Amino acid sequence: MRAKVHVFLKPGVLDVQGKAVEQALHGLGWGGVEHVRVGKTIEFDLQSGDKAAAEAEVKAMCEKLLANTVIESYRVELA
Amino acid sequence: MKAAVIVFPGSNCDRDCKVAIERSTGAQVEMVWHGDTALPAGLDLIVLPGGFSYGDYLRCGAMAALSPVMSEVRAAADRGVATVGICNGFQVLCEMGMLPGALLRNEKLKYVCKAVDLEVTNSQTRFTAGYQGRRQATMTVGNGEGNFFADDETLDRLEGEGQVVFRYLNNPNGSARDIAGIVNKAGNVLGLMPHPDRAFEPELGSADGAILFQSALASA
Repeated sequence: MRAKVHVFLKPGVLDVQGKAVEQALHGLGWGGVEHVRVGKTIEFDLQSGDKAAAEAEVKAMCEKLLANTVIESYRVELA
Repeated sequence: MKAAVIVFPGSNCDRDCKVAIERSTGAQVEMVWHGDTALPAGLDLIVLPGGFSYGDYLRCGAMAALSPVMSEVRAAADRGVATVGICNGFQVLCEMGMLPGALLRNEKLKYVCKAVDLEVTNSQTRFTAGYQGRRQATMTVGNGEGNFFADDETLDRLEGEGQVVFRYLNNPNGSARDIAGIVNKAGNVLGLMPHPDRAFEPELGSADGAILFQSALASA
């Protein structure tokens, strides 16, 4: 099973990197771009046949290491 | 008096801390590798130094927080041993949940490296008792992710409980409420972004950092 974890700063937390990218896109003429957020994706294979168990496991990984839930939120995809 | 400096792969202020503590207090300082599973006996002070532990991979301090020795550091701090995290060390303490909040990318995206003037907001802590009678201290910051963040409720609590120890007089990185350093509720764990280890002798531009190490070890 392949796991994809998407980690982003929470909505209330200023994403200065997103802001800089947004300004750069504006500078290139894409004036309609708004609310850019820069996050990261962490992908890995997981030896597990059971999707529910895998999801619980990946969530535990997020809470323990992959995300800092003080400032970040995460979303897990399994395929 | 005995202190330990924890050395992570990527720490770069570990030796500065050792020299700073030795010269400002005369304490014996042991270097402890992050992979060790025990701390030296009889420690009066533990310092987590600045640097780029584990190359700042994933998040600053995230990997270091899981180092084998850190469970010993947590246990020692729970027993009341004075523990200071400087810069990257502050990030590690936040990642471990030993201090509230987190350090974000600097507001202007720039790495800031300069001397900063600090307000000594609380001189009643075991780390700042020596600053009594002075309102200000000067130390150097060197950080790209030193922008202290916590939710408003946490910030109110930190301010209300006197846990804000240092504030920037001219905020260099966007830190919430100008916070440069905080202590935990018990008052024995301090995290700060400015480097007392880079300000312990007049030749370095300021000797104000020496007072912090002297205060921390005064009761030892």
